[in-house]
Amino acid sequence: MGRSLLKVRALMRREAGVYFLSPMAYVFAALFLLLTGYFFSVMIMSSQYIEMRSILHNMVVIFLFVAPVLTMRLMAEERRMGTEELLMTAPLTAFQIVLGKFLAAVVFWVLLLAATAVYPIILQVFGNPEVIPILTGYLGVILAGSTFLALGLFASSLTDNQVIAGVVSFTMLLILWVIGLAGESAGGVTGQVLKNLSFIEHLQDFPKGIIDFSDVLFYLSAIAVFLFLTTRSLERRRWS
Amino acid sequence: MLEVRNVTKYYGDSIGVDGVDFRVGAGEILGLLGPNGAGKTTTMRIITGFLPPTQGTVEVAGHDILEDSLEARRAIGYLPENPPIYPEMSVRGYVEFVADIREVPRARRQARVDNVLERLDLGPVQNRLVGNLSRGYRQRVGLAQALVHDPAVLILDEPTVGLDPKQIIEIRSLIRDLGRDRTVVLSSHILPEVSQVCHTVAIINRGRVVAIDSPEHLAGRLKGAETLKIGVKGEPGAVIAVLEKIPGVAKVTRIDGGSEPASGPVPQAGAYLLESYLGCDVREDLFFNLARAEMPLLELRPMDLSLEQVFLQLTTEEEGVELDG
Repeated sequence: MGRSLLKVRALMRREAGVYFLSPMAYVFAALFLLLTGYFFSVMIMSSQYIEMRSILHNMVVIFLFVAPVLTMRLMAEERRMGTEELLMTAPLTAFQIVLGKFLAAVVFWVLLLAATAVYPIILQVFGNPEVIPILTGYLGVILAGSTFLALGLFASSLTDNQVIAGVVSFTMLLILWVIGLAGESAGGVTGQVLKNLSFIEHLQDFPKGIIDFSDVLFYLSAIAVFLFLTTRSLERRRWS
Repeated sequence: MLEVRNVTKYYGDSIGVDGVDFRVGAGEILGLLGPNGAGKTTTMRIITGFLPPTQGTVEVAGHDILEDSLEARRAIGYLPENPPIYPEMSVRGYVEFVADIREVPRARRQARVDNVLERLDLGPVQNRLVGNLSRGYRQRVGLAQALVHDPAVLILDEPTVGLDPKQIIEIRSLIRDLGRDRTVVLSSHILPEVSQVCHTVAIINRGRVVAIDSPEHLAGRLKGAETLKIGVKGEPGAVIAVLEKIPGVAKVTRIDGGSEPASGPVPQAGAYLLESYLGCDVREDLFFNLARAEMPLLELRPMDLSLEQVFLQLTTEEEGVELDG
């Protein structure tokens, strides 16, 4: 078990290294902070409310566009560069490979969010915001973003073409984001099911300071499903 | 240490490897020799567990590559056809990463990495990015990666490709060194390399092992038997019929392609390879039998086949030359 964890950590560190050793991480961070900073300033100035609710929601929406770009190379690149052969012939299970990559992307996402901590700090300086909703709000954002990353990783495992992987994951994300609309028009049980599949639906309570167990479970199981599918996708390649 | 049993691999309908079967013990170096596309890389990918065989089994250090895949993979060091490098990593960082996923214990990692970097003369570039290195350096980084966990079985796909002559000599002697107490399988399309480094050579063509023996034997087997190259004027079918009746003749092979129509109006001169059993001199009978059949003998030349010629024959002819002595 200890040995497995060490291997996953090595994979994660290598993958995270790609983000931070290339200009990619810095470009992403700069643009993400630029956009969220713009929304933060505009919203605070126009609404005069001392809260993070809408800005947290905005971060998730922006990340909807960022996640496919962050994840599209994860598997596709290994295949294109031939390094897949190194990983698949090392004593690694497909799941360890998948987990290492997923965790690297999550680490990047969490660090990106850590940089946005400057906004609640500004609120703290100039006002007296409620702390609990901000913390639970961030928890929701981390969970939702991690789900996007798991989905993107899965899309990346389907092809060796990064652009295709990116487009596929963006489309899937967008559909799951707005599937609630279809639920509303469908109504009934079908409508309820569709609404519950929506990524946006389960994000509503977190910024209110409420941690609903079913929301947490939704994101965790969505992550588990996509990681499982990615693992199967890798294993299937071996058998085709 | 390594047993490949009757391995067959189909890619859809086309066959990649057809019934490949060999075993290599510890302290042995086996060379897979064959033209490009013969199935060397496919064979190696099956041995390392990267591709599953359609039929047959591979056992590495007593572990089945499919049933007991992780254990089998632990015993293998593998240099794929293209060195599997991450261009954005430093040489040292890359080798350390492979040491980690290859389960080199933390306490020994530093020493192992230093050891392979030094053995492959990568010390001076250890802090450079792999992506900025020349082809020869990348190949050596690929070798370092295959050696870092000190594996019992080494699978090296074209290990000297891209190296300069001095490096080739160094890497060959390194492989000979490693082969003293390990099992090594390497592939190559360069004959001298295989004959210098390997104890056993498997000549592989169109997915099949057409001959497997020591380099000396492979070259010697055809020398031992007499081979004559002859030119005879006459209708090829009739000529072969006459030649095959000569006592002591083991095999007759037409070697000039046979592009002209078999039943042309004017009998053409054709070239044939005539193999005879060891110790039989068929030249007198050959002369008289052809004379009786009114087929003029235009050329008669004894052949000594080098390993190179054996290789060419085995891999370029439809039937190949049977190497049964």
